[in-house]
Amino acid sequence: MSFSTGKAMITYFHTKIIMEIYSTKAFRRKQKILVESSYSSSLQFYSEPPTGNITLKEFDELSFLRAIERINLSGHAKNSEEWMQKIFEDFQKNKFFIISADKIGGTKNEDVINARRKDHLSHFILRLAYCRSEELRRWFVAQETDLFRARFVRVAKMGADFSSFLKENNLHFSQISEEELKQESVNLMMATYNINSVDQLEDKTFFKVPFVEALELVRNRKVFLKKGFAYVPSSDLVTLVSTVFRSKLSQALTATYKALPQIEDDERLYSLKDFDKRHTGSDYSQKKSASGQQITPEMLNHLSTTSFPLCMRHMHEYLNTQHHLKHGGRMQYGLFLKAAGLKLEDALKFWRSHFTKNMDVDKFEKQYAYNIRHNYGKEGKRTDYTPYSCMKIITTNVGAGDCHGCPFKHNDSNILKQKLINYQVSSDIVNEILDLTNKHHYQIACQRYFEAKHHSTIESGVNHPNQYFEESVAILHGTKTPNKAASTPNIKYQHSVLTSQSQASPSTQSQNAADISGVESMLFDDDDDMDDALFEVAMQTDVNS
Amino acid sequence: MANEKKFEVHLLPDLLPVYYGRLFPYEQYYKWLSYGNVPKTYFPHREFSFTLADDIYLRPKDHRTVTAFVPLEKELVFDIDMTDYDEVRYCCSGADICLLCWKYMAVAVEILDIGLREDFGFNHILWVFSGRRGVHGWVCDARARSLSQLARSAVAEYLQVVRGGENQTKKVIFNSSDLHPFINLIPDPELRENLSKVMPKCCNSLQRWETIKNEIEGMKNKKKSFTHLTTEIMFQLIYPRLDINVSKGINHLLKSPFSIHPKTGRVCVPFNASDAYAFNPLRVPTISDLIEEVGEFDKTRTGEAVKITDYKKTSMKSSIFVFEKFLSGLSKENAARRLEENGWCMI
Ligand code: SF4
Ligand SMILES: [Zn+2]
Repeated sequence: MSFSTGKAMITYFHTKIIMEIYSTKAFRRKQKILVESSYSSSLQFYSEPPTGNITLKEFDELSFLRAIERINLSGHAKNSEEWMQKIFEDFQKNKFFIISADKIGGTKNEDVINARRKDHLSHFILRLAYCRSEELRRWFVAQETDLFRARFVRVAKMGADFSSFLKENNLHFSQISEEELKQESVNLMMATYNINSVDQLEDKTFFKVPFVEALELVRNRKVFLKKGFAYVPSSDLVTLVSTVFRSKLSQALTATYKALPQIEDDERLYSLKDFDKRHTGSDYSQKKSASGQQITPEMLNHLSTTSFPLCMRHMHEYLNTQHHLKHGGRMQYGLFLKAAGLKLEDALKFWRSHFTKNMDVDKFEKQYAYNIRHNYGKEGKRTDYTPYSCMKIITTNVGAGDCHGCPFKHNDSNILKQKLINYQVSSDIVNEILDLTNKHHYQIACQRYFEAKHHSTIESGVNHPNQYFEESVAILHGTKTPNKAASTPNIKYQHSVLTSQSQASPSTQSQNAADISGVESMLFDDDDDMDDALFEVAMQTDVNS
Repeated sequence: MANEKKFEVHLLPDLLPVYYGRLFPYEQYYKWLSYGNVPKTYFPHREFSFTLADDIYLRPKDHRTVTAFVPLEKELVFDIDMTDYDEVRYCCSGADICLLCWKYMAVAVEILDIGLREDFGFNHILWVFSGRRGVHGWVCDARARSLSQLARSAVAEYLQVVRGGENQTKKVIFNSSDLHPFINLIPDPELRENLSKVMPKCCNSLQRWETIKNEIEGMKNKKKSFTHLTTEIMFQLIYPRLDINVSKGINHLLKSPFSIHPKTGRVCVPFNASDAYAFNPLRVPTISDLIEEVGEFDKTRTGEAVKITDYKKTSMKSSIFVFEKFLSGLSKENAARRLEENGWCMI
């Protein structure tokens, strides 16, 4: 079997799954889909699931969402000109297909149709992955809505006519009459953002909608409100449409989530099950450490200086001097260690060794050991033993005597500064970091710290302490070439994909660890991970092809 | 009923059972919260809060379904608390309130009431004195009760002009004793200088305000930032200060109308927005007043007294009348909704 047939197989495999999922009872409503075949508009409401073949390239959509998140985090005011520009520069640079989907007018060529179809398909695949928790849903809805909004504004500038789009998606916004416009002209002039004189009303049209359909404008007092209706200038059509988009999508995600139990038993879906965890970086709750590594208490002193993010390093050092951490700290650090590969027995040993400096063993066993065991609780139980993401850590409450949280957020600048200097971070980087924290860019500050320590970057940004840790280990162990993350592990796939498909191959585990690329080691880890790895491989090969 | 005498908190445990046994307007209350029982299971899904002594909020639960109680819908509520005005009032501070600072409340009620009716088109709004130093607004239109969290916060933010308080307002330091403190709100040194010369000559706040206005008017052409200065100062001083988090969620509980404030013993009485300026929070009856009043009434008119509902024998009567008027408006909306649920439509 050659490489390409392998890939085709994977493709086929996923196509079937997606089609089947969306034709299960839970999703079956109107089966005949007409929109899809034509893709008349560049933008979509994704109201109906796709049919037909799917190739794995469609996951690219995730890269757009990531790009948007990154740009939002980097401090460009949302919806500003600059923000738009950054987004599409990024898309252009990475040759994202979405650019072709947004061509308007003239004859639609093959490319355009294909791009729109990809947009459609990948959106639906991502829905399956991102419907699984409140946090994921919120993230997905936020980025998708931003993407939608940015694209809408862009095609509007290119002169797109939205009338058929509105019609296809059943969006009716009624325009006010000439008379009403005249009657309310003073109010409209005073209350509408960007309109400062009655003359400017001349060639304007206004939609009159229930105020709940224009919440963003209401919130910022940018529209005229009367008796529960908002008078939205046609130039703000985008706000109206994206509000509907947002609420439809969030309903759809909830519906998908509710339908999951019915479809999740399908073993072929396994690969999608943990998709989010590996691709949002927001969840490291797999029973094994995500890096596939194991660490021991003896390694922690060293690792904390080389590979721990600042938050964890800080707690580790505190523990070394005080031999105690309050509950918040035990949770944040304990779950991090679990995901970093510290086994339960070792964890108990580690915590015991510190705590018993202040108390007798009996007290430790009675008061503290239980909770540590609990953190390693049985899988399948619906309690949250997930190690905390940066988002969670940054927004956590830090009270008196607590030393958890994110140092970039929760430390006073002078303390943070001193700490960084002690860690031998050069003074201009220290200043840059302090500057970033003042602007509330904590995760970017953390990224700078990473760069200072590794002379390499985390391209996707820091989202999770465990991600920080894994990236660091990968670089320090040379399993990953700095800065060229995606390109190296490519060549060996043909071999690994094909062998692992026919057998779970424990024998290969004996290979020289240094030679194994990150993805491969995961491949051979055990049977369970086979599908995951297939998936991973397919994604990366497509990115590179 | 007129009383400035101190309420004796320790009596509360003895008085509350009497109040809830004899005086609390259950009938009207049920009528309110069942909203005509559309949908039919409405009332059992509601959550209520009454405060007992020491700020213990009683949140009765349906014991059959103890797990995850999520209110299905809730009125859109507003909470205006006098303590948020501490930086702009000079008569009292903290929990205290007097007739002078009540004006802030009256202004707030007036502005919010107009905004909610004119801009948002709500019709069924109940304003309730919170028993000590604040006002609660309950917007009860069906349209308001079903608002999403996102929508609630948008409405609240639309109405909240003075924002971002905490760390900024504390920076405004009112220290100079011979200046009127408002002057520190004035960003321009030249204007501030002028004002500090003329202000001491004024003898009441009306004169002071006129002086400020005139001075600003005189300088308007010089600086662009002066265009809105008068209005801005006005807004900062008297615009409603909302506890916006209360309005945002659907989980936040406000003390119910006609409950008793645990510290002051006063009844949380509803009042009409149009009467806000005339409302005197210090004259709101306490639970002891009410019980005394019933006793007095029964003593003097033994024969007929039996037939009269007890609250009608007290000074709470007028507040219940306000409530009933509010309810009759609401019942029209409920009737229309009931028709609709049964598949009728109003033509
Ligand atoms: S950004 Fe995340 S990883 Fe970095 S210090 Fe803060 S919480 Fe830790
Ligand atoms: Zn006062």
